[in-house]
Amino acid sequence: MIVENKKYLKLSGLEPLIITPESNFINVGERTNVAGSKKFLRLIKQRNFEEALSVAREQVENGAQIIDVNMDDGLIDGKEAMVKFLNLVIAEPDISKVPIMIDSSKWEIIEAGLQVVQGKCVVNSISLKEGEAEFIHHAKLIKRYGAAVIVMAFDEVGQADNYDRRIEIAKRSYDILVNQVKFAPEDIIFDLNIFPVATGMEEHRRNAVDFIEATRWVRENLPHVSVSGGVSNVSFSFRGNDPVREAMHSVFLYHAIKAGMNIGIVNPAMLAVYDDIPKDLLERVEDVMLDRRDDATERLLDFAETVKGTAKESKIDLSWREEPLQNRITRALVKGIDEFVIEDIEEARQSVSKPIEVIEGHLMTGMNVVGDLFGSGKMFLPQVVKSARVMKKAVAYLLPYIEEEKKAPLSPKGGGSQLDEKKSGKKGYNWKTADPMLYGLMKDFAKKMRSIPTDAERILWNLLRGKNLEGYKFRRQHIIGSYIADFICLKENLIIEIDGLIHQLPDHKLSDRERTNWLEKKGYKVIRFTNEEVFKNTDKVLETILKRLKELSSESNQQDPPLGGRGAGVILMATVKGDVHDIGKNIVGVVLACNNYEIIDLGVMVPPEKIIAVAKEENVDAIGLSGLITPSLDEMVFLAKEMQRQNFKVPLLIGGATTSRAHTAVKIDPEYECAVVHINDASRAVTVVGDLLKKETSETYKENLKKEYDTFRKDFLKRQKVKTYLPISEARKNKFKIDWNTSEIVKPNKLGVQILNDFDLNLLLDYLDWTPFFRSWELHGKYPNILTDDVVGEQASELFRDAQQMLQKIISEKLLTARAVFGIFEANAIDDDDIIIQNSEFRIQNYFFRTLRQQSQKAKGKPNIALADFIAPKETGIQDYIGCFCVSAGFGTAELAAKYVAGHDDYNAIMVKALADRLAEAFAEYLHKEVRTNYWGYACEENLSNEDLISEKYKGIRPAPGYPACPDHLEKRTIWKVLSVKENIGVELTEHLAMWPAASVSGYYFANPEARYFGLGKIKEDQIEDFAKRKNMNLEEATNWLKTNMAP
Amino acid sequence: MKFTLSGVEGIQSLPARGQASRKFELKIKIQEMNKIEQALQNRILILDGAMGTMLQRYKFSEEDFRGERFKNFLKSVKGNNDLLSLTQPQAIAEIHSKYFAAGADIVETNTFSSTTIAMADYDMQDLVYELNYESAKIAKKVADEFTAKEQHKPRFVAGAIGPTNKTASMSPDVNDPGFRAISFEELRVAYKQQAEALIDGGVDILLVETIFDTLNAKAALFAIDEIKEERNLDIPIMISGTITDASGRTLSGQTAEAFLISISHIPLLSVGFNCALGAKQLTPHLEVIANRTNLATSAYPNAGLPNAFGEYDESPKQMAEQVKEYLDKQLVNIIGGCCGTTPEHIKLIAEIASKYKPRSVFNTEKTAV
Repeated sequence: MIVENKKYLKLSGLEPLIITPESNFINVGERTNVAGSKKFLRLIKQRNFEEALSVAREQVENGAQIIDVNMDDGLIDGKEAMVKFLNLVIAEPDISKVPIMIDSSKWEIIEAGLQVVQGKCVVNSISLKEGEAEFIHHAKLIKRYGAAVIVMAFDEVGQADNYDRRIEIAKRSYDILVNQVKFAPEDIIFDLNIFPVATGMEEHRRNAVDFIEATRWVRENLPHVSVSGGVSNVSFSFRGNDPVREAMHSVFLYHAIKAGMNIGIVNPAMLAVYDDIPKDLLERVEDVMLDRRDDATERLLDFAETVKGTAKESKIDLSWREEPLQNRITRALVKGIDEFVIEDIEEARQSVSKPIEVIEGHLMTGMNVVGDLFGSGKMFLPQVVKSARVMKKAVAYLLPYIEEEKKAPLSPKGGGSQLDEKKSGKKGYNWKTADPMLYGLMKDFAKKMRSIPTDAERILWNLLRGKNLEGYKFRRQHIIGSYIADFICLKENLIIEIDGLIHQLPDHKLSDRERTNWLEKKGYKVIRFTNEEVFKNTDKVLETILKRLKELSSESNQQDPPLGGRGAGVILMATVKGDVHDIGKNIVGVVLACNNYEIIDLGVMVPPEKIIAVAKEENVDAIGLSGLITPSLDEMVFLAKEMQRQNFKVPLLIGGATTSRAHTAVKIDPEYECAVVHINDASRAVTVVGDLLKKETSETYKENLKKEYDTFRKDFLKRQKVKTYLPISEARKNKFKIDWNTSEIVKPNKLGVQILNDFDLNLLLDYLDWTPFFRSWELHGKYPNILTDDVVGEQASELFRDAQQMLQKIISEKLLTARAVFGIFEANAIDDDDIIIQNSEFRIQNYFFRTLRQQSQKAKGKPNIALADFIAPKETGIQDYIGCFCVSAGFGTAELAAKYVAGHDDYNAIMVKALADRLAEAFAEYLHKEVRTNYWGYACEENLSNEDLISEKYKGIRPAPGYPACPDHLEKRTIWKVLSVKENIGVELTEHLAMWPAASVSGYYFANPEARYFGLGKIKEDQIEDFAKRKNMNLEEATNWLKTNMAP
Repeated sequence: MKFTLSGVEGIQSLPARGQASRKFELKIKIQEMNKIEQALQNRILILDGAMGTMLQRYKFSEEDFRGERFKNFLKSVKGNNDLLSLTQPQAIAEIHSKYFAAGADIVETNTFSSTTIAMADYDMQDLVYELNYESAKIAKKVADEFTAKEQHKPRFVAGAIGPTNKTASMSPDVNDPGFRAISFEELRVAYKQQAEALIDGGVDILLVETIFDTLNAKAALFAIDEIKEERNLDIPIMISGTITDASGRTLSGQTAEAFLISISHIPLLSVGFNCALGAKQLTPHLEVIANRTNLATSAYPNAGLPNAFGEYDESPKQMAEQVKEYLDKQLVNIIGGCCGTTPEHIKLIAEIASKYKPRSVFNTEKTAV
């Protein structure tokens, strides 16, 4: 075969780029150029390559067909930075799919770049500036490396600045390259120097015209070459006047492209649409560009004064309401504005023949924009959650209309976008049949239908259920696309419909037929029976069904299963047994749902049996487990083992505050043969789950994951320094020593238990620590600086405003209740590690706090600390004191959040929980201060700001069970007894000792000025044994609780 | 990296690579090259099948791999197939001979892993020159014998240049995507050494094959282009990439067309694919290439996809049927077999191919893409 072989410039990244005369202008992205982008320069200087990569990615996503990479800056090691950055780019297929332009004035940097890129690059640039010998040498090497080249119109004399010089240098360069070096002419790109016009200098008047004319000459006389240039130069003299600059770029390109310029560096944001330029401006710009009048520059300057961009006013701009419907809906989704959405959806509904089309068309179009923006880092998490809220509201509004349709389907088109895909070669049956967006809502409807079957349905269901019909499994009220089938055998895709009398009307017959047609087109078979047939001729009905099933069984081997639209996959999510924290899990759920996954959220405190059972029942594609307290880690390990035992094959996702990559790799991953992945933020969840579930990527991704965790585990275990541990008896000898003779012990003003009920939340506002609040929304940065952050500032401010509003609402409407119980008691340390608490009110019994002691070998002079060290030992004869507390701001949270969820408003549901957490922390902070300065009064003179409090500058400490100084949760039980927490304020402990409501904090108060926060670290079996004895519990139980603290 | 020619026994006994002998070789080369190009115009050329599969039949033991010369070598060498050119040369010659007898026009030298980079696994970097030189000699001798017998059908030797066991475009460490285990420069040096030794040993063609990372191949092409300039030599180059999965991409992520564009800066005799896939799975990717280049095209797929035991078990007949589709669609000029193929496969393929005219090659401009 003879291939027609035109000499086109052909470049490649992972994918080809062939530039033909029919190609549109090729736009080169220049944001990854330290000379062109201040932001990129800053990122490279800070060696923030991660974010530098996102700059590259953004460019490609915005349509750059080639990316220019330049590292020429005095403060950067250009060669090192080029190689490092390119190596990272190559590892990102969504960037490296396009060819790379290696841009440097230093040959060594260019060559280093050429040595790391597999595709065919463009070198930017070489010229005759340093003479022919060097020009030839470099050209030969570029040829040997297999790259195209930009040749600057520059020679030994200088840069070409008029028409004649441009063509003279271009011609000379071309002849040397093509004839001497044998460089392929199609691989030559000339940069003919774009210089500014309208500078006021007479000699600059022809700068644009000369470039354009030289371009024309080069394209006509030097066969096969391309012409390129950096367009923004041309408007340099109008810096600060964007409307004029945009017009100038557009006019310049219009003429240059006509003359043959086919590649260039243009910032698309700085480009007007040629046809949109006002006539008077256009005329003046063209006069300048084409040098048509002597006074062209003056006239444009005068005119420019009048088109200067006016500062935008900051009032609520509702002009977008004038835009076309789709724009409005997209905008509402992108901005998360639900104010007008019902109005717009109603308008959309009236404009289409079937309400489902609004979801498939208008809403999906908008959600795709949201998905793209989030994927490219242009939208942040809170916005996406808001988008989901708008989407859900819109769908909820449409659902009754869709159901109406279902009852009388005239021309069913049905289902989600995936319905027509028939790629699966998998044998067996596909249970994912429903439209993903509708699924949740339809499920409720289906449930209701199941509970109120017609008589005929009930009769037939009794015969079909439980595999009664020769082992064929049937489901009822099963959702397919936007329909609900009466009965379905998924294995054979046979649908049984029971028609009541109403179906016999002519209209309905027609619609039933159409509905049947639609279903059959999707690969389902439909049999219809009338009520009467079921009542009177039940045997015949069953016989017909069975016969059809058998026919289908024999056929089905050759058939593809019909694909439905439960979207990209079904994911089960649960907070594990004994744990109540779910903010992160909810966020991940919402984001995944926005990306077309169906989420089955089992909520909090979900026992493993239930997770396993639902996973089987719903045949989920992945299971996500979340947890915040340490016992949850073991729960996850247990589930992994259980999934392995029951031969699960679906990926297991792990997330939540205490989880870590290390724990996942070391403890969970080895227990489960299939993929296990730790996901610590929602934005990653989408890509990870995508890679896991997409057929094309799934296998390799899982394999890589396994390998990754395997390597990580090995390295981790290798890295584990072999620590030496002291026997607990030795560690006790090295305790933290306080000189009790001189140590200041203040007798509390008020001993005993006290309760604060219905606490005024207003008092807590000054104690809020906002930084963790933003973190829970995956916006990283310190408050208040985060509000003005370059990247997330805008989003953070918006979130902050919403939070303030919600907070006001919570306070003014008394939606949440805060309560606290605390007490201060006489106490002494006994037997080194225990603290005995005395209180006359306890009457018969004294209580003990059992503390744990650091056991790792310390540097000389450093103690092995236990909390008991901060309390005066009994034998000193000095009376000391200890306090403990539990605060909660969570009463009402669950109810309020549930109300928002019911109103399809996950954004505010998550907001409520996040704020309740913050209020609880603030309450703990507030109460601690009151204790220090008032109730106990050991620090009356204290005067600390909120920042000081956040950075723990106060005297004494308030460690909490479950945190580093006392990682065992067990002592919470003691606190509960000492303070009668449950009886006094209603906060309960789960079986794994999480507090419920979740927005609660409990802990101890130590007042000694030498008391400080520390981390327990790992402990040895001897201490656990000792601890078990002291607690009077069996060793196994103690070990179970302290497992995560045990030294290997 | 360390490699020196001195210190290895037997190196001194190699023939001097003087100017005179090189000129003489060169003359022959040009004739032979013309013969290859002529042959390509006239018929579909047959490449040999798998070397490894054939060597397995000998069931060589560790001692056999070592031979007398390496009996005290510091580590195990079993599995170092390229070493057999030195320790079991008669077996290598016999395999070449079987493939020629089955109808092959071109056999590949037993040098797939004969670079300092791949030989580092066996601590045999120092042997690289000798391995390539001797392997070329063995194959060339057998080829010459067949050519002498059947003068109408000259036989050729392609110096096999494998991908090495390292990749220049990808990080072996998933946690550090910017890391590279090997540099372009290291690859260039290693490839240059291999190519020079193959040329010195008398190969007619250089075959850069099983390319899973285009950057590795570009380093090989860079090295060969340097040799061609330094020696003023025009030796034909065949290029054969590997599409690793059904997505139609190389391991380093390039599409077939992007791969083609990335290696087209050096004059080539042919471009094509081998390994990883069976003949059937390779078809669409071969079509991409065949429809976009005026170079000769080559294909030497595996004998199907590996079965549950990792064996390639497509029978000669099954494979030949697939190959017939290539020929019907005019997709190839050079056809042979990779993993799992045997002289029986090649024989059937050669028989079928002989009934077809070759795909037209428009070869006035060799940088044809």
